[in-house]
Amino acid sequence: MPVAPVLQLRQLAKSFGGARALRGVDFDLQAGEVHALLGENGAGKSTLIKIVTGAHQPDGGTIAVGGEPVADLTPAAAQALGIACVYQQPALFPDLSVAENIALRLERGGAFRTVGWRARRECAQDLLRRIGAAISPEAEVHSLSMPEQQLVEIACALGSGARIVIMDEPTASLTHQEQHLLFGVVRDLRKNGVGVIYISHRLEEIFALADRVTVLRDGESVGTHPVAAMDEAGLIRLMVGREVAQIYPPSEAAPGAVVLALRGVGCTASGVRDVTLDVRAGEIVGLAGLVGAGRTELARVLFGLTPADTGEILLHGQRVTLRSPQEAVALGIAYVPEDRRRHGVVLEMPIAHNMTMAVHRRLFRGAWLRFGAERSLALDYIRDLAVKCTGPDAPGGSLSGGNQQKVSLARWLATKPKVLILDEPTQGVDVGAKSEIHKIVRRLAKEGLAVLLISSDLPEVIGMSDRIGVMRGGTITAMLPGTADPHTVMAAALGQEETAG
Amino acid sequence: MSRHFRELSVVGALAVVLIAMALFAPAFFQPQPLLSLATREAPTLVVACGMAVVIICRQIDISVGSMFSVVSVCAGLLAARGWPLLLVLPVAAALGAALGALNGLLVAGLRLPSIVVTLATMVALRQGLNLVRQGEFVNMPDAVQWFGLPQATGQWLLVGSALALLVGLGLALRHLAAGRFVYAVGTEAEAARLAGIRPQRVTFAVFVFIGALTGLAAMMNIVQSPQVQPLSGMGLELKVIAAVVVGGVAISGGRGNLWGAFAGLLLLACVAPALTHLRIEAYWEKAIQGAIILLAVVADGVRQRKQN
Repeated sequence: MPVAPVLQLRQLAKSFGGARALRGVDFDLQAGEVHALLGENGAGKSTLIKIVTGAHQPDGGTIAVGGEPVADLTPAAAQALGIACVYQQPALFPDLSVAENIALRLERGGAFRTVGWRARRECAQDLLRRIGAAISPEAEVHSLSMPEQQLVEIACALGSGARIVIMDEPTASLTHQEQHLLFGVVRDLRKNGVGVIYISHRLEEIFALADRVTVLRDGESVGTHPVAAMDEAGLIRLMVGREVAQIYPPSEAAPGAVVLALRGVGCTASGVRDVTLDVRAGEIVGLAGLVGAGRTELARVLFGLTPADTGEILLHGQRVTLRSPQEAVALGIAYVPEDRRRHGVVLEMPIAHNMTMAVHRRLFRGAWLRFGAERSLALDYIRDLAVKCTGPDAPGGSLSGGNQQKVSLARWLATKPKVLILDEPTQGVDVGAKSEIHKIVRRLAKEGLAVLLISSDLPEVIGMSDRIGVMRGGTITAMLPGTADPHTVMAAALGQEETAG
Repeated sequence: MSRHFRELSVVGALAVVLIAMALFAPAFFQPQPLLSLATREAPTLVVACGMAVVIICRQIDISVGSMFSVVSVCAGLLAARGWPLLLVLPVAAALGAALGALNGLLVAGLRLPSIVVTLATMVALRQGLNLVRQGEFVNMPDAVQWFGLPQATGQWLLVGSALALLVGLGLALRHLAAGRFVYAVGTEAEAARLAGIRPQRVTFAVFVFIGALTGLAAMMNIVQSPQVQPLSGMGLELKVIAAVVVGGVAISGGRGNLWGAFAGLLLLACVAPALTHLRIEAYWEKAIQGAIILLAVVADGVRQRKQN
């Protein structure tokens, strides 16, 4: 009889509002195993991790650690059970030293216990040595680089004697050499009987490191396989899986002149580099890529939020500089931001105020607000975009996600833009509103708008775009036709061009 | 109704106080003491208008008391030298605006927290004034007091101009694009920035605004008495912040209006004379004012928790 797995999840389910993030996932982790977790953006990986670390409570399903069922897992309980997580963005205290940070995680006791400074330092020193990190325990964390901070996180996990270590994209910001160091640490953990859940978008790492791999898709597990029995093409097929099932409105594009042209555009501060791209009037250009590939960062460059420092941006063939949102708006660029609830719509403000927020200068000549004009503009857009609401005075927060998105869109359409940048326009929006938004975007393109559509939803990007730019590492690595199949797009996003096809 | 519930409940509380006074101490409604009370509170009202706007913008300015003292002394010195009041008035407003601009520059330009910045300017201005003036009063020529008019006329003029300012600014806050920007920045600065509003400029502007109003208020102060005290603004910041908060301006920004702030100020200002007329010991004044503030804050807290 095999030993009980160190972690066993059965039929784990979790919903956020109406969106089902996990729909009955099974997952096993053996002691002394590196188990990779793979999936597209939004497939449910983060939710699963957050449940295992106790940050979220599942709606259904069971969790067993070392064969013992666990109910009401809290972060503290998870820690006590020997579950440790190394996040992509380390959650350390920047103004405390490395030794203090480690002590905060590892030491238990009351607030008035005495502190053994020397023991703390030695303990930290010992842990850092074990993972081969050349970091002084005295160093304050804010003076460390991101990879060094990750190593401190790993030292904490090691020191807590964790039986289960979760690593969420640990190599995202590491150099090649640091990666090797990290791989060594992971192999050491495995040798010591620790179960490691390893999340990464880099397939080569999974082949180099993992024993088994579980692929998540749309909140479901589509299978667990020994890595030795898989190849890259097979993994990509599992991740993408579904056909473009949803019906997207057909493209009626008759692309006109180039409206927006980027020539080697880069922004050191946000990691965008050497982007060359044309967007024509009436054309929808999709931007695909994984989280962190630089898509939102590119949009922010085009909207003047983090101005470009290299290359040139041309609007209607004229070279322009975009150093602030005001300049971008004046030149006819509109940006519907990703975080609708915080940045797209001011929830406390009435719909009408939200819709006119970007057009004050045009709508109200002189300083006085003309409430009549504001109301009629709002009513026009409410009718035009079919916003379901009680009226222009209803606060933005009273609307559903899809209708909030329409209000955010209306704010920008009111500026009569030439270029419309949509950042994840249908994220967290229900199916009906989603297809309405798709129809609106199609219609806008038909009316001659140049649309740049950022989306992590692969079927959406393929179904809506006339051309697809795939981003990776801050630049566009592939330009694909709108008819590209999901496998090709995913392969390009993962940087596996050679195996695509 | 529900949108203005907070403002209306303050008005309701005020009505209860006034009705109680009418029943138990009708002497409260003698015109002359009431006019004097209104005149004393007129400068406070003007500063409260500025404070409401600053708090709606999710900032705070606790240096208004010190600014008030500094401008009062400076304006008093100019008036004592025989400057015509019509010339002193713009100078006082400009001096206030300049001091406000200093706060605004530090808060908006360097993105420092406003409570720390204005705490520093509050102490610096107060101590600077003490150092220069050594606590000396400024004696005002007779022509300055009540603008050289009969006392009652002067009082009406002050109360009238404070109310006119309230109405003008209250309407402007609702009807001017600039007012809308203040609400937008106070609610969600990043959303405002993405909509093409410059949050740092708006923040700078509200500090200049409250500075200028404090300058005007100081002007209304120096015509009220034969002497200008260097400590005339002590505690003013607490008074106006309390009035504004009681009047339903959310300390977390983005919510409230000047009408509420006005009602809040009236309610707090009535406490002391009401106690006198009801023959209750004056020691209760601060306690009752504190209770009112606490009640207002608790009401906001409950409302916010319900919303979430």
